Amino acid sequence: MKKRVLGLLLSMTMVAGMLTACGGNANTAASTGASADGNAADATAADAPAAAGDEGKVLNIYCWNEEFKSRVADHYPGYTETDATSGKIGDVTVKWNITPSQDNAYQNNLDEALLKQADAAADDKIDIFLVEADYALKYVDADVSMPVADLGIADADIANQYKYTQDVMTDSNGKLKGLSWQGCPGVLIYNRAAAKDVLGSDEPAEVQKAVADWDTFLKTAEQMKAKGYSMTSTTNDAYRVFSNNVSGKWVQDGVVKVDPSIMKWVEMTKKMVDAKEVGSTSDLWSDDWSKGFYPDGKTFCYFGPAWMINFSMAADKEGSIAHDGGWGATEGPQGFFWGGTWICAAQGTDNVSLVADIMKQLTTNKDIMLDIVAKDSDFVNNKPAMEEAATKDEYAFAPLGGQNPLAMFCNGAEKCDLSNQCEYDQGCNEEFQKAMKNYFDGNATLDQALDMFNSAIVEKYPELKTE
Amino acid sequence: MKKKSKVVSYNKWGYIFLIPFVVIYLVFQMIPLFSTIYNSFFENYRSGLKQIGPNFVGLQNFATIITNGDLPTYLKNTLIMWILGFIPQILLSLLLGAWFTDPSLRLKAQGFFKTVIYLPNLIMASAFAMLFFTLFSNSGPINSILVQIGFLKEPYQFMAHVWSVRGLVAFMNCLMWFGNTTILLMAGMMGIDPSLFEAAQVDGATATQIFYKITLPLLKPILIYVMITSLIGGLQMFDVPQILTNGTGDPMRSSMTLIMYLNKHLFSKNFGLGGALSVFMFIITGILSLIVFKFTTGEDKD
Repeated sequence: MKKRVLGLLLSMTMVAGMLTACGGNANTAASTGASADGNAADATAADAPAAAGDEGKVLNIYCWNEEFKSRVADHYPGYTETDATSGKIGDVTVKWNITPSQDNAYQNNLDEALLKQADAAADDKIDIFLVEADYALKYVDADVSMPVADLGIADADIANQYKYTQDVMTDSNGKLKGLSWQGCPGVLIYNRAAAKDVLGSDEPAEVQKAVADWDTFLKTAEQMKAKGYSMTSTTNDAYRVFSNNVSGKWVQDGVVKVDPSIMKWVEMTKKMVDAKEVGSTSDLWSDDWSKGFYPDGKTFCYFGPAWMINFSMAADKEGSIAHDGGWGATEGPQGFFWGGTWICAAQGTDNVSLVADIMKQLTTNKDIMLDIVAKDSDFVNNKPAMEEAATKDEYAFAPLGGQNPLAMFCNGAEKCDLSNQCEYDQGCNEEFQKAMKNYFDGNATLDQALDMFNSAIVEKYPELKTE
Repeated sequence: MKKKSKVVSYNKWGYIFLIPFVVIYLVFQMIPLFSTIYNSFFENYRSGLKQIGPNFVGLQNFATIITNGDLPTYLKNTLIMWILGFIPQILLSLLLGAWFTDPSLRLKAQGFFKTVIYLPNLIMASAFAMLFFTLFSNSGPINSILVQIGFLKEPYQFMAHVWSVRGLVAFMNCLMWFGNTTILLMAGMMGIDPSLFEAAQVDGATATQIFYKITLPLLKPILIYVMITSLIGGLQMFDVPQILTNGTGDPMRSSMTLIMYLNKHLFSKNFGLGGALSVFMFIITGILSLIVFKFTTGEDKD
């Protein structure tokens, strides 16, 4: 009898343990959720006079790299860093949720969180998320971002910003949904040593003559090749210059269209690959790509905006060209823009005034913005300030050997046109480059590569049709 | 009152101890299996932040998969890469297993070698693939070495040629799994009655004869098990080619496996099409396993 009872007991506990293990999570989650709610309510009730109004104690920021974090840490008054993923502004805890954007991980993560936003506990709600030009429209048109006007930021406050930075964040009802502290007009960044060696001069004006349009660009590539330099590091380097100068959107009436300008990129790049004038057919950000940041990489030029010069070209590493100020900048064959980070306030945030203040300070406060230029070699979104800084030597970029490229960027920012952006841009650009790699490598004909692009697009966006 | 309580029936304990397995099987196998089949009848995906569906579309997802002709291509890729890796793997494992279990060889430090050959399996496949990606990139160490010793004039683009990519995937799978297979085969070989080997030796059989006439036939049940598990594992090949080719399956998707293709549909959370694809894979796996099973057990009846 005892044995039976013991046996029954043991098996019961086993089964029960299993069941509670299943159900346990939900229980504890619910109870912690409840207690978190309770705490939050308590906290806000208690500290109401201290914090502005009845705002939350936690500011959740979603972003994909350290860039914004370092901007806030260095330039937002009153921010103190606690550890790598959190900080404090006054008595509000700032939580950084950083997910790399590779393979769409950032957006997947953000999408899930945004869809749960309404049900999330106050302290878990996203307060700020960042978006890039490539997919900004996805978040602008959906009801997940707050109009800037609702945050108490008036048109007069943001009058100095470049118009294109606002156009891209304006939804179909004309409401502005996000602000940026930077402008991202791109330039051609060239290796001064290579320019001297091959072209005989490293003066921007002289180099510009050698890359004034795509025909001369190709001729220069031949000269570079003769002296052992690659014109660009990878086949994808010049892609953005072409894809920004398209005559129509990627997707028109639900059909994917490859623009003639992009086909021109294919044609030119194939020529360069066959002549071995390009370093490799690898992706941007790969090891093969960043090889050219060092003198041994023997690469003549990169295309990029201000953030790339400072943030991406290994300027902090001993022995890199950027570290020794060995780059120069010139306008290049065509104007373009690349990236740009916009700050969006998430719908449902419980820190409205803090979010508004961060936006205001970083995107409209001239002193802070000039500080960003001086300290981080960024190009900021403040027209009068940039035009003023363009004439001053103190704003010269160290990686560019003391050249001040701001006037060039000012010019570019004026001309920036993002009217041909659409919400499918990122997927289309990525898949197109991936598919064309096969053509450049000689593994497919142009038609086969285009077919592959089409099938990849339909997999990614089942609602689209291809030509 | 009957004295039935005196007779202790242990049957019910059998059922009670089966509960954990049954519950786990139901929750983690049966329910997902049926919900996958259920999902495959719906149009259900997300575009940006917009959810489309679920709308019942009948067999349309299945029709899409059959008509776009991608399934046979990716099945072929998967099988090619599996076979390329499996053949050297099983040969290597048989050889090592035979050596390790042969008492007349008196191998020293067996435990050490058994551990070493199993080690690659302990590395995460993704880390392993990352490592190979870096090793074999255009400016990676393998190319540097080959160019420096004068074997190649310029770096060979391993990732841009069909057979080098497939070969690398097969090589990595082989390297990762031969240790595991060796351990399994050794267990099978050690289960064979030693008196059979002795009798063969007394009869004057050579080592080769013993291997082919005694070890292999008696090893059949384990071999079938290894074949089928490896086949199923092979059809589910994903992490190695995914990481090695950065999800593209390049060149021209020649190294894209079925699961990588399935993964492409998950970008838009396309549960309908993904579900239909999974149902096809379920059927294919079932058929192939049956073929292997019939093929390897059929001869016994003769």
